[in-house]
Amino acid sequence: MCLGIPGKIVEITSAENKLALVDVGGVKREVNIICIVDEEHPPESCIGEWVLVHVGFAMTRINEEEAKRTLELLQELGEVQEEFQAMKNSAKENL
Amino acid sequence: MKHVDEFRDPEQAQKLLEKISVLAKQVQAGKDRPIHIMEVCGGHTHTIFRYGIKQMLPPEIELVHGPGCPVCVLPMGRVDDCVALAEHPEVILTTFGDAMRVPGSQKSLLQAKAEGADVRMVYSPTDALSIARKHPEKEVVFFALGFETTMPSTALTVLQAEDEGIKNFSLFCNHITIIPTIKAILDSPDLQLDGFLGPGHVSMIIGQHPYLFIADQYKRPLVIAGFEPLDILQSIWMILNQLKEQRHEIENQYGRVVQNEGNHNAQEAIEKVFELREFFEWRGLGSIEHSGVRVREGYARYDAERKFSIPNLKIADPKSCQCGEVLKGTLKPKDCKVFGTTCTPETPLGALMVSTEGACAAYYSYGRMDSFESKKEPTT
Repeated sequence: MCLGIPGKIVEITSAENKLALVDVGGVKREVNIICIVDEEHPPESCIGEWVLVHVGFAMTRINEEEAKRTLELLQELGEVQEEFQAMKNSAKENL
Repeated sequence: MKHVDEFRDPEQAQKLLEKISVLAKQVQAGKDRPIHIMEVCGGHTHTIFRYGIKQMLPPEIELVHGPGCPVCVLPMGRVDDCVALAEHPEVILTTFGDAMRVPGSQKSLLQAKAEGADVRMVYSPTDALSIARKHPEKEVVFFALGFETTMPSTALTVLQAEDEGIKNFSLFCNHITIIPTIKAILDSPDLQLDGFLGPGHVSMIIGQHPYLFIADQYKRPLVIAGFEPLDILQSIWMILNQLKEQRHEIENQYGRVVQNEGNHNAQEAIEKVFELREFFEWRGLGSIEHSGVRVREGYARYDAERKFSIPNLKIADPKSCQCGEVLKGTLKPKDCKVFGTTCTPETPLGALMVSTEGACAAYYSYGRMDSFESKKEPTT
């Protein structure tokens, strides 16, 4: 819950609602990007960027190296599986 | 547990450990107790245990595990209130996986679910909002918890609900805020701390400024730290440097993620939706002034505490359970009377055994380090 998972923004699904499709280790999920956009960084400019996703919200931009390392760390901690599972389950059950 | 050779950059790790060892001896010289450094964040606790960082450190340094696991500090009464909410026939109760396992005085949400309550695990509060859209005939309550890291997501979900005019969605708000908690710990008379590892992702939201009082008033160093083992070693080294030079400043080791000013949009959403409560009850720590937030009057229709009648139970922590002492760092998990016997990750009695970020669960999974610790005792 607290660590967040790195993912890559692959598509803007709603510029108005600040929603984007983020690829998190092969799982694609809609994520809110409101916390990382402003006038200087409009939603369209986010495509291809790596972000840290906390419970469905992109909270900060990170570089690819940081993303890779964070994923490795999460795998070590065994946190990734639990978050992925939660993400997949929620996609299956509710969406 | 890992060996230093398995770190991403073993050479750097080894160098850091050597520097830490030299500094620690200088700083601790002439003192009758080890240097106490508290890691505030549960994520750090997890890394420290997973990589065996405790055992790598010299005996002059003792790490104290802070209250930074939001699931762990939730008092039983709040869990009972949440179970009562879940048992309303019209309610679909939604929450994160960890929260479902926290024991209440009678049962956990997981047990309530087994008995027929509609309790659903979600990955994000936005999933709870989706359920509300799909079930307009039901009342969807999101059991919101966490520090500032998850607070913006809950606030933004409420703003989204308002935007769409969704009326059957509300929060049972148990968000807590880190600063008053650190202050309460600093004010605690039986606690002796020399420095802090600051929480990485909370700081990503709130920035550096809110910690200044720790340096200014309490004269303690705090270093905002990343979550990799190397980050933690480097941060410990930075704290020791400050102690040696008798400085007390807020430093940021995690600059690649934490900006000095934090995240403006996230802060704005929090400010809009939430306000501080007078008091909030913590498991093990008791009532702490201004340590929790509630939904502002303007968003009252999204507040489950106003929308439903809630028993508002106050349940004392189980007598045999010593979570409070462990949280304050005055007792080690393995020295608790029920650790590993009646309290295990499968059947947790105390909250610290519930989440992987809880000190007791971490000790249980990776610990068994009595042999290490006895080796670490200074030989006299």
